Amino acid sequence: MTIVNDPLNAKLGDRERLSYIASQAADARLNVELETEGMTLNIGPQHPATHGTLRIIARLDGEQVVWAEPSCGYMHRGYEKLTEVRTFPQVTTLINRIDWLGSFANEVPFILAAEKLMGVEAPPRAQWIRTILFELSRIANVSLFLGDLGVQMGAVTPVFFAFRDREYVLDLIESATGGRFHPNFDRIGGLKDDLPAGWIQETKQVMRKMRSFCDEIESLLFGNEIFQSRTRGIGVIPRDIALQYGLSGANLRASGVDWDLRRDQDSPLAWKNADWKVFTHPDGDSFARCWVRLQETREATKIVDQLLDGIPSGPVMAKVPKIIKVPEGEAWVSTENPLGEMGYYVVSRGDVGPFRVKIRSASFNNISVVPWVLRGVYVPDIITILASLYFILGDIDR
Amino acid sequence: MSWLLAFEVPYWGQSVFRVLGGLVAVLLPAGTIVYVFLFKMMSFMQSRLGPMEAGPYGSLQLVAEVGKWLQKEDIVPANADRKIFKMAPVVVLLSTFLLVAVVPFGPDAWFTNFETGIFYALAVSSVSVLGILMAGWASANKYSLLGGLRAAGQLIAYELPMVLAVIGVVIQAGTMNLQEIVVAQNAGSIFGFDGLGNPYIITQFVGFVVFMIAIQAELTQTPFDMPIAESELVSGYMTEYSGFRFLIFFIGEFATAGVFAMIASTLFLGGWGVPFAWFGWESVDQVDNWMNFAGPVIVITKMMLITFLVMWARFSYPRFREDQLQRFAWKVLIPISLVNIMVTAVFKVAL
Amino acid sequence: MSQLSQAEAPTPTVSDTLRETIATEVCGALGDAVVESMVKPGDDIWMRLRTDAWRSSMITLRESLGFDYFCFLSAIDWLPSPFGRGEDDPTEPAPERDTTVRPGYCGGATRMQVFVRLVSSTKHVGVTLKVDVPDDAMTIDSISNVYAGANWHERETHEMFGISFAGHPDLRNMYLPTDFEGHPLRKDFPLLARMVKPWPGIVDVEPMPGGDAGDES
Repeated sequence: MTIVNDPLNAKLGDRERLSYIASQAADARLNVELETEGMTLNIGPQHPATHGTLRIIARLDGEQVVWAEPSCGYMHRGYEKLTEVRTFPQVTTLINRIDWLGSFANEVPFILAAEKLMGVEAPPRAQWIRTILFELSRIANVSLFLGDLGVQMGAVTPVFFAFRDREYVLDLIESATGGRFHPNFDRIGGLKDDLPAGWIQETKQVMRKMRSFCDEIESLLFGNEIFQSRTRGIGVIPRDIALQYGLSGANLRASGVDWDLRRDQDSPLAWKNADWKVFTHPDGDSFARCWVRLQETREATKIVDQLLDGIPSGPVMAKVPKIIKVPEGEAWVSTENPLGEMGYYVVSRGDVGPFRVKIRSASFNNISVVPWVLRGVYVPDIITILASLYFILGDIDR
Repeated sequence: MSWLLAFEVPYWGQSVFRVLGGLVAVLLPAGTIVYVFLFKMMSFMQSRLGPMEAGPYGSLQLVAEVGKWLQKEDIVPANADRKIFKMAPVVVLLSTFLLVAVVPFGPDAWFTNFETGIFYALAVSSVSVLGILMAGWASANKYSLLGGLRAAGQLIAYELPMVLAVIGVVIQAGTMNLQEIVVAQNAGSIFGFDGLGNPYIITQFVGFVVFMIAIQAELTQTPFDMPIAESELVSGYMTEYSGFRFLIFFIGEFATAGVFAMIASTLFLGGWGVPFAWFGWESVDQVDNWMNFAGPVIVITKMMLITFLVMWARFSYPRFREDQLQRFAWKVLIPISLVNIMVTAVFKVAL
Repeated sequence: MSQLSQAEAPTPTVSDTLRETIATEVCGALGDAVVESMVKPGDDIWMRLRTDAWRSSMITLRESLGFDYFCFLSAIDWLPSPFGRGEDDPTEPAPERDTTVRPGYCGGATRMQVFVRLVSSTKHVGVTLKVDVPDDAMTIDSISNVYAGANWHERETHEMFGISFAGHPDLRNMYLPTDFEGHPLRKDFPLLARMVKPWPGIVDVEPMPGGDAGDES
């Protein structure tokens, strides 16, 4: 790094200078049209609405956004570089921290990619347990989203319900894997352990609770007129924009694209053994995104219930060598994570560690649409749109 | 208070009593509201216990909080307009004290007995807007500025439906004196039935609903808390305040809630009185002296009921957006209250 | 709730013929822009495109071949790291390593390759497209006006690999400080934490449950 001595440069980095120029341009445009003076508002990096350190630079005309841009990087941890110096089993402990609310789901695609390169197939029981834990982490993740949604719009009560009920799911994950947040449970060739005794009955009870939680949130928030007036028709992302920006998960399905990787992709995981629905919504607005997520949580509980009934017996670990060397090759595996499509492009050179891992995280693409969608909205809508797009900072910055 | 006057208290002594009474009338409801509603009711609604450590059942939590705030540094931002920044919370709290001055607590227990009491109350309640604007402007913070401007827009917009809702009451009571409004309610009767008196919540129900919505907005409670809006504007006009200045804002918020609830109970629930028919009283002169002691208790009970409604809505609803909020005031509340005034006037003349 | 479409339950199994048909279709439409292509049955399609035909091929892929979903864009530095896996003892002289550039699937003539993944939202089949980045110019055409989502990915690739994208609206840094020197994901950029202190993780290779001890392939 160089130390810049120029006082102006020291004060304003390139990024700030460009923002300033852009804001001046916005000013000039506004002044010609309306003879008003604009204002640049920095939302973040320390701000209650960004639950993390995302910064949004918004150029305002009164309360209307003329131009807005997220500025990320406050949490960049360089995982792509770090994977290159770690062995394959060591990588899972890193990628757990990408989307920290649904961390088990982060491990699965990477392990699947490594298994694909090695030609190893985990035993069926392991695949089923993986799927169950995957869906549990989806429930834990999205239930927090549903509670957080209320807080972003000023309703303080739902978030406490969300935290209360999410705890049951986290307890399940903890009792099965040993970690509430970062299980690091998935192994190349299977799982670390089998399920503990009594876990299946417990899980079924919790799934009933989660379904009633979904009903509660639906009647408390989604049926509320104020909530609807705050979200309906706000932040509309049309189908082709959603596809171009690579939105995924509920954000894409809320724009009317009927595409769920769990259903539309060949995967060794057990989703094909359960009977469930993919929900889409034609509107593409904030309400649609929230609604699709709510329905998905409910479907996830049903998937878990069905998989628990039909879980096959057998070992949870295939025979793999003690020191794992992955044969040379390239593999891309992505799964439908709580936030959207999460994928790993793994390049191996026959070594114990990967040569290059490209982490395709859902939030990075989901948030890249923000400059497009925030144009012309009001300041309060920035918050609802961001909340409905649902990002997790670790998932943007990696 | 007549029995006190029997002791021939000099004028300065009466003033001291009034000031002390005013302090009690502002701070006691504020403390009660914070503990009962903000700490406990909100917690129970959210399936948690709330503060439990300080004092029995967490009852001294508020003392602990006040102690905490008093210890904090009084920070003034470097670019702030220092004088105005320091003055703003005082102005906000001042409007609360001015408001409580006209609330009657008993047949003789009042601080002042203005002939145009309700007019005065509506006028001084707007002083807080000034304080909020001052805070928003002087903080030299964009969030504060946005919050202050939103507050000004909102408070002015909701002042109108509030005034219009009160006009219905004034027409029905035929007076603007709050004491006489209370008497008119308790001495009155609904079509000859005087068991309940004539609380205007029944005959002026539309006015009551409009008034409640308007005070919800005046108090900047959710769903009308755009000026504070934690998730957008951090804390709105209060963002830069810390220590005891924040405490003053905080007390101001809940004290104003209490005082507005007292005014609402005076206007619509019969204030300090019980229906006069219960004891065979005909006018305010016949009311027994013990009502001077029962009166404050009755007012505070009714105030708690009204505040419960305010807080219930606050903890359950998401908030409106700025434009939706304005639209609601101008397109819904004001027409409704205008129609209410017309209907009241027609009935007043016809009956 | 307004209308919702319910998806059909059966999973369409993607057969190899599907991928092969798509690969031939793409090769036919792009003509000589495709340098090399490869289909792994049941896995994926890889293709290497000519550098000068990069942007035009993207337009063809999007407009006429139905690859409307932009998944990601990134780059690979094919130079094997001169620092190994960062496990060298800093007190010893660094060992000699073979640093000849060896490309991956579909070959390649340069050290840096940009690769992009596009998916068809109707057929649910994706392709991974690679393109060589000239070693001297380190510049390829930007596709951010073909796929708007590529904007941020190109910015990230620019700061991490030092590859420029001609025609990109603003190649500011996304993650790194403005005055950061170097391109961290290049293989010759040392991971400083590993340079200063030897990595302790080398000793504890975790035994895998179920795997026999000492079973090494």
